[in-house]
Amino acid sequence: MTDTTIDPAAVTESEGPQLLSWDSRARRIVTIYVPLVCFLIVLLFPFYWMAITAFKPNSELLNYKDNNPFWISAPTLDNIRKLLFETDYLHWLATTMGIAFGSTFLSLFASVLAAYAIQRLRFRGSDYVGLAIYAAYLVPPSILFIPLAQVVFQLGLYDTPFALVLTYPTFLVPFCTWLLIGYFKSIPYELEECALIDGASRLQILRRITLPLAVPGLISAGIFAFTLSWNEFIYALAFISSTEKKTVPVAILTELVQGDVYQWGSLMAGALLGSLPVAIFYMFFVEYYVSSLTGAVKE
Amino acid sequence: MATVSIRDVRKAFGSTEVLHGVSVDVADGEFVILVGPSGCGKSTLLRMIAGLENITRGAIAIGERVVNNVAPKERDIAMVFQNYALYPHMTVRENMAFSLMLAKAPKEVIEAKVGRAADILGLAPYLARYPRQLSGGQRQRVAMGRAIVRDPQVFLFDEPLSNLDAKLRVQMRAEIKDLHQRLGTTTVYVTHDQIEAMTMADKIVVMNGGNVEQFGAPLELYDRPVNLFVAGFIGSPAMNFVRGQVEGEVFRSGAVALPLPPGLRGAAMAGRPVVYGIRPEHWRLDGQGIAATVQVVEPTGSETQVICTLSDARMLGETRMICAFRERITERPGQELRISPDPAVVHLFDEASGARLN
Ligand SMILES: Nc1ncnc2c1ncn2[C@@H]1O[C@H](COP(=O)(O)OP(=O)(O)O)[C@@H](O)[C@H]1O
Ligand SMILES: [Mg+2]
Repeated sequence: MTDTTIDPAAVTESEGPQLLSWDSRARRIVTIYVPLVCFLIVLLFPFYWMAITAFKPNSELLNYKDNNPFWISAPTLDNIRKLLFETDYLHWLATTMGIAFGSTFLSLFASVLAAYAIQRLRFRGSDYVGLAIYAAYLVPPSILFIPLAQVVFQLGLYDTPFALVLTYPTFLVPFCTWLLIGYFKSIPYELEECALIDGASRLQILRRITLPLAVPGLISAGIFAFTLSWNEFIYALAFISSTEKKTVPVAILTELVQGDVYQWGSLMAGALLGSLPVAIFYMFFVEYYVSSLTGAVKE
Repeated sequence: MATVSIRDVRKAFGSTEVLHGVSVDVADGEFVILVGPSGCGKSTLLRMIAGLENITRGAIAIGERVVNNVAPKERDIAMVFQNYALYPHMTVRENMAFSLMLAKAPKEVIEAKVGRAADILGLAPYLARYPRQLSGGQRQRVAMGRAIVRDPQVFLFDEPLSNLDAKLRVQMRAEIKDLHQRLGTTTVYVTHDQIEAMTMADKIVVMNGGNVEQFGAPLELYDRPVNLFVAGFIGSPAMNFVRGQVEGEVFRSGAVALPLPPGLRGAAMAGRPVVYGIRPEHWRLDGQGIAATVQVVEPTGSETQVICTLSDARMLGETRMICAFRERITERPGQELRISPDPAVVHLFDEASGARLN
């Protein structure tokens, strides 16, 4: 695998000129920090709201006249306890995790082969195949789930996790393929030609040259795929019916809203816990993720 | 080691033909340089030898074997790319060992071969580094090391020095030439720099627009270019060209008359538009030739270059004449020099076809 340590020389080099142009401190505050803080507030507020609601006792939650709605006076773990011990939440979490990993793995495997073939083998009509894959991505899941339901029923997959593991790739593969095509394009073609002369076969080139160099791309495709499957709603709602097999987003909505009674505390606790795995994922790989979006393998 | 024989090779990308029938024979152990302006098809030809482009028509043979349908890895060649194409995620050692490892060579053999190549190239202290931790010249050496360990029949180089600064380029030029003399491997080398070609090659192929203009030893090309293109391309500063026609036994351009090269009968080509070519160092300062107005004097110590104009002659392309004298010049810009060509070494070309006449 690639070496992830950052070359100190490269860092100082790329930061140097930018630092110079941001000469005055005041200007920096106005042009960078103030907009950044506004941006952060807007982005993080829903998350904050979710977090405090999860720890609020019901009395505070429902009476915002006597309590400050933006703060908790008597935090409680009641909501979380209820979520963990009175529902199948842990089971839902495990199911969602399994489905997300399964569909991400399948999608990445298929996408790597597809993207490599389209970008590097340049077979006749490869451009059109690329476009066709992209077109598939444009079909909205809210339409696609109807015919897919037929397929799922016919295959006897209804109400099994495989219904989701096998249908999520319908939108993950196009997405990952396009992301990887772009990434493969940034890897110099000469490297592969050189390996070809060195005696490598196509599969050896893919495994020993292209994939190690595309690790940042693979990781960001993986994170995307994982996040999308984790949060997916429509297919999970349509193809799963038993309570214990549901995924987190569907389950908290169908199981924690009884009639028109919203159990806000547990609902938010469920959402909060449900978003943690993805957040942890991002944290681990954020460096790769950014480097793959900003492009290019540097020597 | 092996010969490389290129027989009437053509290459078309879609409907555009970029090589129009190229034939070159590289002898065993020879260092041949393909040189020509950018876009003339040098890289394409080299890549066809390597097997990275297929051959539209014609044949390429390495040794006795026609390789048109042989995969790159079966051709027993090694190639050095312009941007080196080092594998960024492998150390120098892994880069050099990669081909041997793919060939499943025993560990000791790999170790020995990589060690030997590293010694030859002075890379031993850097074997554990990654390419990004090396300077341009060191990367260049690793790229060559990768070629050397394979001990191939033919080395192919595509503009390997063009990413280096001028000083390093001169140094690597000498190193590559030295390496070739030590290993004796047949080499095909592409460059657009005619000085590189002149200083390194056993034989030069001058290419232009997908055709071979001339194939020969460097000094042969310098002394007897077969046409105007080669005459203008080889040599720095470039050859001076004067347009005119043959009248009697002299060449005449406007009011200027110059002697014809020896052995040429003026009568046979009277009135035909021709181009008179003369290299800068073949002008003599004899105080009695034609008048030239000095524009710039550039003394280098060993010689003096003078840029001047011939008011009465028509030049081809450039309007200025470059002369290089062993003598030192005291004339200042605006003053007049009297110069005359050494008729034994001047060149005469047909203006329409560009072909050499003497
Ligand atoms: N893959 C390609 N597709 C189409 N045209 C190409 C391709 N590769 C090279 N050419 C064309 O072939 C000609 C020769 O290119 P090249 O061999 O790279 O020139 P040189 O190396 O002498 O500068 C150029 O006009 C170039 O545009
Ligand atoms: Mg080229």
